[in-house]
Amino acid sequence: MDGNSIIELKNVNFFYNHLRALSDINMDFEKNRITALIGPSGCGKSTLLRVLNRMNDLIDGTRVEGAVLFEGKNIYDHNVDPVDIRRRIGMVFQKPNPFPKSIFNNVTYAPKLAGMTNKNDLEFLVEESLKQAALWDEVKDILDKSAMTLSGGQQQRLCIARALAMKPDVILMDEPTSALDPISTAKIEDLIDVLKSNYTIIIVTHNMQQAARISSKTGFFYLGKLIEYNATEKIFTNPDVKQTEEYITGRFG
Amino acid sequence: MKWRYFRQHVFFTVVRLSAMLIATALGGIIIYVVVNGISVISWDFITLPPTDSMTKGGIMPAILGTFYLTIGAIAVALPLGVVSAIYLTEYAKQGKFIRLIRTGINCLAGVPSVVFGLFGLGFFVVYLHFGSCILSGALTLAALILPTIIGASEEALKAVPQMFREASLALGVSKWQTIYKIILPAALPGILTGSILGVGRAAGETAPIMFTAAAFFTAKLPGSIFDEVMALPYHIYVLATAGTHIEQTRPIQYGTALVLVGLVLGVDLVAILIRGYMRKKKRW
Repeated sequence: MDGNSIIELKNVNFFYNHLRALSDINMDFEKNRITALIGPSGCGKSTLLRVLNRMNDLIDGTRVEGAVLFEGKNIYDHNVDPVDIRRRIGMVFQKPNPFPKSIFNNVTYAPKLAGMTNKNDLEFLVEESLKQAALWDEVKDILDKSAMTLSGGQQQRLCIARALAMKPDVILMDEPTSALDPISTAKIEDLIDVLKSNYTIIIVTHNMQQAARISSKTGFFYLGKLIEYNATEKIFTNPDVKQTEEYITGRFG
Repeated sequence: MKWRYFRQHVFFTVVRLSAMLIATALGGIIIYVVVNGISVISWDFITLPPTDSMTKGGIMPAILGTFYLTIGAIAVALPLGVVSAIYLTEYAKQGKFIRLIRTGINCLAGVPSVVFGLFGLGFFVVYLHFGSCILSGALTLAALILPTIIGASEEALKAVPQMFREASLALGVSKWQTIYKIILPAALPGILTGSILGVGRAAGETAPIMFTAAAFFTAKLPGSIFDEVMALPYHIYVLATAGTHIEQTRPIQYGTALVLVGLVLGVDLVAILIRGYMRKKKRW
């Protein structure tokens, strides 16, 4: 482990009632890098992602054991407010989920509730966030229109802009392109690549080429266990574990 | 003709007939009330109090009384019902206890309205010493329509896609802010539907108000919520059963019924228009 990691998992176990969905996960995520989590459906990679911003708190009957250290502090400590954690660790979901509000209000929704009220600041924030999300040129004249009128790819970029507006340190992405066409996917991949200079990105993907294209480290999960965690190049050319190779070459999964 | 087409044909005919029967019955009632009541409807009828032992004059005090009672009932039941529904769907841990509460609410919805009337008499009028007045009547009606409003609000809240909740919470927005800013606005059209049904029921019920609020005749209009009022459904009831000039007041009875039906349909129409407008604005 080097001093560059921003999130560290120590012996993390996760339970849905009595079902153990994650077993003894130990891994660390490096700052300003893209880390990909891959594995077959139901392997626990999305569960792990939602452990990182305490989204699983919303589901009755779930339990986390072990420690998730964000900048050295366990986010599951009793005195930690999950709201504070989620302000610093943003999330983009599989299905684009903009609010049924205008494009402008989608971006300003959370910052406003966090206390930003100055109109000029908000306008600046909207422009900045939409530019970062590579959406500004397409929507700058229709900011008052409902976000629901945008295409799926635009909606997803709006969701990224919405997450960026909170100025998080980490962005979790749960299969952000699986509901999109190839062109929109390419745009979002380019965008993720640009974002990594300022943000730590952890992305769950079913698309192996995507993991290979954009990430610097890749973790392979199977049946709730972290089977292999290595540099992406190594995982896709010369993995240490046989199971990883079998999955990547398409022999199962 | 093949057997299965024959069966399909029979089935569709039965379905169509059922639908037509209901529409005909509804249309029939409305036409009957209109035909019999339209002759007495005039500006004076809806703006003047009754005179000559109810055989002449208008029904303005009853219209006003029903208006007060209905507004009062909705003003109490809507916030209470919505807040309860928020607790049940958004906050409470789903389990045996919550199931028990839900069952209780559903049972409450099936309690005959006269029982609510007796409850109102015992609790608001006697125990709390409110007496027979607008306040007692409105609270009794509120209790009557509360289950409807809770049920409709719960359904409306549950229909808000889970992804909106997740999207909001993932941005570091608190649960209460998420409910207030995202979920409630999205659920509002559905909640409104529940209130529409509530308004209709509250305006039309006789039994809950006959012991708690309604008067046969009041010399002057109510000055406070502790005054008795006349009310449209009770007015129809007393004219048709307890008056001294039942036959002479027959047209007035129908006229009153027509005003009541018109009032309820009017409220429904307004609410439906508002709901349609909001639905158009929030599409997902």
